[in-house]
Amino acid sequence: MSSPVAHPAHAAPQGFIKRYVFSQDHKVIGIQYYFLGLFSVFIGMALSLLMRFHMVNPNVTVKWFSWLWPTAAAGGIMTPELYLSLMTMHGTIMVFFVLTTVPQSGFGNYFLPLQIGAEDMAFPVLNMMSFWTTFLALVVMVAAFFVQGGAPLSGWTAYPPLSGAGRITGPGEGMGQNLWILSIAIFCGASLMGAINFIATTVDLRCKGMTLMRMPLTCWTWLVTAILGLLGFAVLLAAGVLLLLDRLAGSSFFLPSGLYISDQIITAHKGGSPLLWQHLFWFFGHPEVYIAILPGMGVTSQLLSTFSRKPIFGYKAMVYAVLAIGFLGFLVWGHHMFMSGMNPYSALAFSVLTMCIGVPSAIKTFNWIGTLWNGKIHFDTAMMFALGFVSLFVTGGVSGIFLGQPALDLYFHDTYFVVGHFHMIMGVAAIFGMFAGTFYWFPKASGRMMNETLGKIHFYCTFIGVYAIFTPMHYLGLAGNPRRYSAFTDVEYLGKLIPVHTFMTYAAYFTAAAQIIFVINLFWSMKKGARAPVNPWNATTLEWTVPSPPPFDNFAGVHPVVYHGPYEYSVPGAARDFIMQTDPPQVQSEA
Amino acid sequence: MAGTLTRDILKGPPPPTDRGGDGGSGLPFGPGANRRASFTGLFVLLAASTMVFAAFTSAFVVRRGLSDDWATMPKPPILLVNTVVLLVSSFVLDQSRRALKAGDRAQFNLWWTGATALGIAFLAGQSVAWLQLKNAGIFVATNPSSSFFYVLTAAHAFHLLGGVAALVYVDVQAWRLRLGPAKRTAIDVTAIFWHFLDGLWLYLMLLFYVWG
Repeated sequence: MSSPVAHPAHAAPQGFIKRYVFSQDHKVIGIQYYFLGLFSVFIGMALSLLMRFHMVNPNVTVKWFSWLWPTAAAGGIMTPELYLSLMTMHGTIMVFFVLTTVPQSGFGNYFLPLQIGAEDMAFPVLNMMSFWTTFLALVVMVAAFFVQGGAPLSGWTAYPPLSGAGRITGPGEGMGQNLWILSIAIFCGASLMGAINFIATTVDLRCKGMTLMRMPLTCWTWLVTAILGLLGFAVLLAAGVLLLLDRLAGSSFFLPSGLYISDQIITAHKGGSPLLWQHLFWFFGHPEVYIAILPGMGVTSQLLSTFSRKPIFGYKAMVYAVLAIGFLGFLVWGHHMFMSGMNPYSALAFSVLTMCIGVPSAIKTFNWIGTLWNGKIHFDTAMMFALGFVSLFVTGGVSGIFLGQPALDLYFHDTYFVVGHFHMIMGVAAIFGMFAGTFYWFPKASGRMMNETLGKIHFYCTFIGVYAIFTPMHYLGLAGNPRRYSAFTDVEYLGKLIPVHTFMTYAAYFTAAAQIIFVINLFWSMKKGARAPVNPWNATTLEWTVPSPPPFDNFAGVHPVVYHGPYEYSVPGAARDFIMQTDPPQVQSEA
Repeated sequence: MAGTLTRDILKGPPPPTDRGGDGGSGLPFGPGANRRASFTGLFVLLAASTMVFAAFTSAFVVRRGLSDDWATMPKPPILLVNTVVLLVSSFVLDQSRRALKAGDRAQFNLWWTGATALGIAFLAGQSVAWLQLKNAGIFVATNPSSSFFYVLTAAHAFHLLGGVAALVYVDVQAWRLRLGPAKRTAIDVTAIFWHFLDGLWLYLMLLFYVWG
């Protein structure tokens, strides 16, 4: 029974609850996060479809709308307020419960310990609490739909005075907004717990030989993302507390005097500053963009190297670029506030710093292309999504250069150009990173391969679909189409743009329908996919040295020792076209 | 008083027992790794707490400078008593760790219990301070200065609740004679966290008395 050499530090728990529900195993927790994100992404997507439907059919009566929202869609037609609440919840759920949760907490939890040769995360109980706290945050957030007045209207950025003055500012601004702030505060707590675990694990639990500069780039991006989350969510938590007090305790942190809302003068508050909220929010909000995208960059780097059978081009440059992006990300929050009346010199400083982020971003893109150059590229679905990531990252990044300049932002601000920009880079690029990660790691986590044919169909439909949705938005922005409008029928120059919106709406239906292929592929492959070998992609990192799925304590009591960097592909003179990180050094010299 | 603390911060935790291999830095298995990870986790937590208070401070400074409605808030004198109580608790806690280093478990238990009692006394003293403010008609919404006073002291007290929970945990383990070598990490982590809260409190007092 007992192994004479080594034995697991802790045995797998037997009961269902401890094993699959309140599990302390990083792999189970990673999968829990993944499915929490999958659930959330479908809610978020459904909300976006409702919005897109309403924008092009503002006067069409839909019976079940009045069944879903007896007041807000009485008679089957959505009110503009309902549209805004759908928009708020779409943004919030997507940003927090999908983009923040899946790439970092989902994939990171499952694969960080495996890739650095650790048995588990540093603090398994904290890890479990972190997931269930996130779950609680999601429950509280979704509950906002079901309280009187419904979900809040103030967008995912919750700008006061709209978010601070209470019920008088709109139907969702009563209990709905309270629950929103509460949920975000809970989410901040969960993210802080997660960040502690990620940083301590990466710093202290690397196996023998796993120096920092031998870590896969995925681990680097998870580390930097954890640091960003740590510093960013702490500030958002503080801001959320102040906003909640403005609403519930009558303080005036963010609410100025003389507010005139719905034919009433608000006398309860005076002296507060809505801009203070914007500063605190965007000090978190800008790094949040990188929280969403950095893990995708890590996965993309990993996959481009593996599927080109070439070392990543400029490993060190990639590491320093990630660090530079993380650092600069904290210095540019003001570019979200160019139109807030800030001093033009401040705007100039924020603008120059914003352009500086273009440098490490370009280094990464250059190195990705350098990695592909002359490679023996294998076009598996995982690789397709990684290439899609690069494409979307460039497309979305270029429009960022426009928005980062105050003179141009003057015009683009609050138009669809902004919506197109952030959906491309933060939304869809990050989602492509998740798809790439899913196809790449699914065999390890489930022991089965995903279906390549379905995968390719899903990839092409999604790739074409998202470009069809979001490219026209840039054109709409140039034409002066404001965002956050629920309909365009009452403004003459916007009426001419409705055909573009109609096209985008059909593209959105198409893209959403294509996601059904992915869900079928995911669940079908879990049960019926071909058995996955230990290392189906001939990759080099540690997770591919253990069985699929890995045993409870990852390395079955064996302590791995690392001798190589993470991207030793096509090494001249080597016996195979890849050298595992754990291959002893003599394998190389023998060959 | 700060001897052990500064040493912990400057030198960090003791090195792992087994090094070697191929230039690797990590040792993912065994109690040494747990101890190092605990220290890392603690310092990461302190960084997060620092950010929370930095955010509150920047809001404090901006809100104070923005408008002319800021009125200096009368501070309950008991705050000074509480400050002394908290400072003494830190000192007593370090006496306790010194006793443990000297191998004197009985002294350790006494000093540690004393520090725990002082920590609880601080929280009680803070409750009195809040009650006095409330009875004087100073609420959260009265003035931005009182808003910030309540927010910052409550956020500090919230941290302190965690600190007291850790103190009580170690104390119970100590009195039940369950203080094995693995618990030394809990002792050190708790002590550093407690000293941090002490320093944070001094900072807050400075903020209130100079600007509040």
